Amino acid sequence: MSTEYQVFSESLADVGVDTRRVAPEDADSAIEELRAGDTVAVPFERDDLTVPDAVTTDPTPAELRAARTGVTPAAFAVADYGSVVLPSTPAGSELVSLFVDRHVAVVDGHDIVPDMERAFDRFGQDAGSAIIATGPSATADMGALVTGAHGPSEVRVIVVED
Amino acid sequence: MAREGDAVRTNTEGFNRGRYESVADLEASEALKDEARAIKEDAIERLPELVDQLTEAVESNGGTVYVADDADDANEYIRSVVGDRNADRVVKSKSMTSEEIEINEAIEADGVEVVETDLGEWVLQVADEAPSHIVAPAIHKSREAIAELFNERFDPEKPLETAEELTHFARETLGEKMIDAEVGLTGANFITADTGTMALVTSEGNARKTVGGTDTQITVAGVEKIIPTVADLQPFVELIGRAGTGQDITSYVSLLTPPVETPVVDFEDDTTPLSEFDSDREFHLVLIDNGRIAMRDDEQLRETLYCIRCSACSNSCANFQSVGGHAFGGKTYSGGIATGWEAGIEGLDVAAEFNDLCTGCSRCVNACPVGIDIPWINTVVRDRINREDESPDWLVDGLTPDVEAGGVPHQKRFFGNFEAVAKFGSATAPLSNWLADTGVSRWFMGRLLDIDPRRELPTFERETLVEWFEDRDSTVTDPRRRAVLYPDLYTNYIQVERGKAAVEVLEALGVDVVVPPVSSSGRAPLSQGMVTTATDHAERVARTLTPYVEDGRDVVVIEPSDYAMFQREYEKLLDGSGTPLAEHSYEALQYVYGLLENGGDPSVLSAVNGDEVAYHSHCQQRTLGLEAHTVAVLEQCGYHVSTSDVECCGMAGSFGYKSDYYELSMDVGDQLRDQLLADGVRERPVVASGTSCLEQIDALLERQPRHPIELLAG
Repeated sequence: MSTEYQVFSESLADVGVDTRRVAPEDADSAIEELRAGDTVAVPFERDDLTVPDAVTTDPTPAELRAARTGVTPAAFAVADYGSVVLPSTPAGSELVSLFVDRHVAVVDGHDIVPDMERAFDRFGQDAGSAIIATGPSATADMGALVTGAHGPSEVRVIVVED
Repeated sequence: MAREGDAVRTNTEGFNRGRYESVADLEASEALKDEARAIKEDAIERLPELVDQLTEAVESNGGTVYVADDADDANEYIRSVVGDRNADRVVKSKSMTSEEIEINEAIEADGVEVVETDLGEWVLQVADEAPSHIVAPAIHKSREAIAELFNERFDPEKPLETAEELTHFARETLGEKMIDAEVGLTGANFITADTGTMALVTSEGNARKTVGGTDTQITVAGVEKIIPTVADLQPFVELIGRAGTGQDITSYVSLLTPPVETPVVDFEDDTTPLSEFDSDREFHLVLIDNGRIAMRDDEQLRETLYCIRCSACSNSCANFQSVGGHAFGGKTYSGGIATGWEAGIEGLDVAAEFNDLCTGCSRCVNACPVGIDIPWINTVVRDRINREDESPDWLVDGLTPDVEAGGVPHQKRFFGNFEAVAKFGSATAPLSNWLADTGVSRWFMGRLLDIDPRRELPTFERETLVEWFEDRDSTVTDPRRRAVLYPDLYTNYIQVERGKAAVEVLEALGVDVVVPPVSSSGRAPLSQGMVTTATDHAERVARTLTPYVEDGRDVVVIEPSDYAMFQREYEKLLDGSGTPLAEHSYEALQYVYGLLENGGDPSVLSAVNGDEVAYHSHCQQRTLGLEAHTVAVLEQCGYHVSTSDVECCGMAGSFGYKSDYYELSMDVGDQLRDQLLADGVRERPVVASGTSCLEQIDALLERQPRHPIELLAG
């Protein structure tokens, strides 16, 4: 097991995120296990990853709003913070990861960088738009800490290892 | 002074505790702070060049940059963008800069709806109130107050009660607003000149929806938000959440290089897949000057521009914890650094409304992730405020021993010249002490000087420490070290016993001690904003003490606030020539600690066997990292020591004597009192290092506190 994965999964546990580490062919069963309710997804770039039949890939906006779970690939992850870096893509990855109550992020095991310095090296290569997302959406503005403010209240991460 | 209830204290203390823990977890935090500071210094130095570079980057990405001279200029531009888009609604994510320019009112004047989507900001929009904290704007609102507000305003079917219910209600209501708004307006925490990338540090996800759910993004940001490169974002991203709310990182850090590629969708559409929508977006970056370029040219206010608006200076401030940001703030900004912002953006008159709430305790100095000397900015602005009033002062001008030009209020002059008061009081003691306590004197002090009648006045000793020392012979024949014990104002005239104890302890440890007459440090005038007078004191102290230092003597200082002057402010007051004094001076217990560490014999000190004692260190002493030395020495002498962890005792020099602040001072003091009256501490004798702390504890408790050095003397 890589050190990065070990650190990453511990950091995720600290922010209340459940992690699965699977081979590519098992990604779909991991998604099946981690999703809840109507589920939508954006297409994966890797063609060896599939989603369960019940998952709607490339949904309409109405389908997105009706969904409870959204599945999107993460560009990379930051081990010591438990962060996934979610790119803003023309396929609408940002919307699918945001307008749902549960977000399932899928990241390649090779794409876990150890720390923030490496994360910015990586981001800076093409400096597009991405969200460093760490745990669920949260607010303390209503007098106590509540998860699920405007974004997902639950996050799950699947690490795909070849 | 108006307080806003317990919500402010509970929340700021929570953030502050979180900061201590989260920063401690980050191994390289000090190195990252240095890096962040260096990036800001460089960025502000090269600001005009970076504005040009950023403009080029944004334009080549397909966006537009508008540099606004002031609020009106910015608002006019933003209104034109909203008008050209023909928008019915603008949704906003949280932005203090947008509060500064009052954009909501400007947009609404054109008949366009503006919706705040940060939950705290939305609460305030519904309540028609202003933010009281730069990060958690509705921090003064309790859950109960928000529930009452929502239930009254929205009349939901089932009354809202819990934080979950309130959050859910807000999410649903605002979610609907966001998906059919045309324009999304954001602030920015940082913008990189090389690529035009902005970082938005958030937790709720509303900034993401504000950008992703609309087709026109407007971002307003002060010009000081520009940093050179994307790589420069790293230290700030690691520091800002820790310093502010005590989170290692917030839920979302949006790194946007707009226009973003997310498709612009019609959220009602149930036939077109997301990927088939185009992402035709407009992006307008509005950079705001509004006084910032002038601040950059102002040697003293320039440091304010390094501020990353994290709120650490608010959360770590004992006074802020008590009164909140409506009282401790100006038109837009709040907390310690707000004095710099408001003085630069609005003017001295606005800064003057709250500047006196900074007592110079310095607890924000280490908390600030970019190392801004916030107390110094407050002092400089206080000095400028003092000078604003140039009216002739028939009563005090020419009669006072200071060198101020005029305009300094009577009360500030009195406290600033406390050395003269103490000299006179001591020379005429005990008569002066009796007279000071008469009704006529107290009436005079109350009316002319606004000294609160509920405060006990210090009692002057007839024989000063210097006079006492003159009449005795050194007990040391073969000294291990040689030192000059600095007779600070309070030790020399008021708390003479602790001075005698210090001489005894040092001599017992084999130190040859001298106690020459020396000017007071300048702390008293400095805290009144009388910088010229403080400089005059500093010069005299340096002139007197430097020959002793050159002769190989160490300088030992009992009063922590004076020791802090030598370490921190003399460098500024004496243009760097204060440094030799800084290098060769020691706080009294720090010095004892050093003597013991280097072979000093602890058995010469008065020792106990496991006696319990409660110790309250001094704010400025803790900032300099010297609380531990006192604890270690007391433990070595057999004490079990419990320590307080409040940021400040609340007295803070003259602050607690002033009528306007007496109640606030006691409210802050109550936190310390609660700790000193806690189970297991209640019975312990109390020791404290600072004069003010000793006076405050004396007022708070039945037990009379002493200086720790007095425990060590025989």
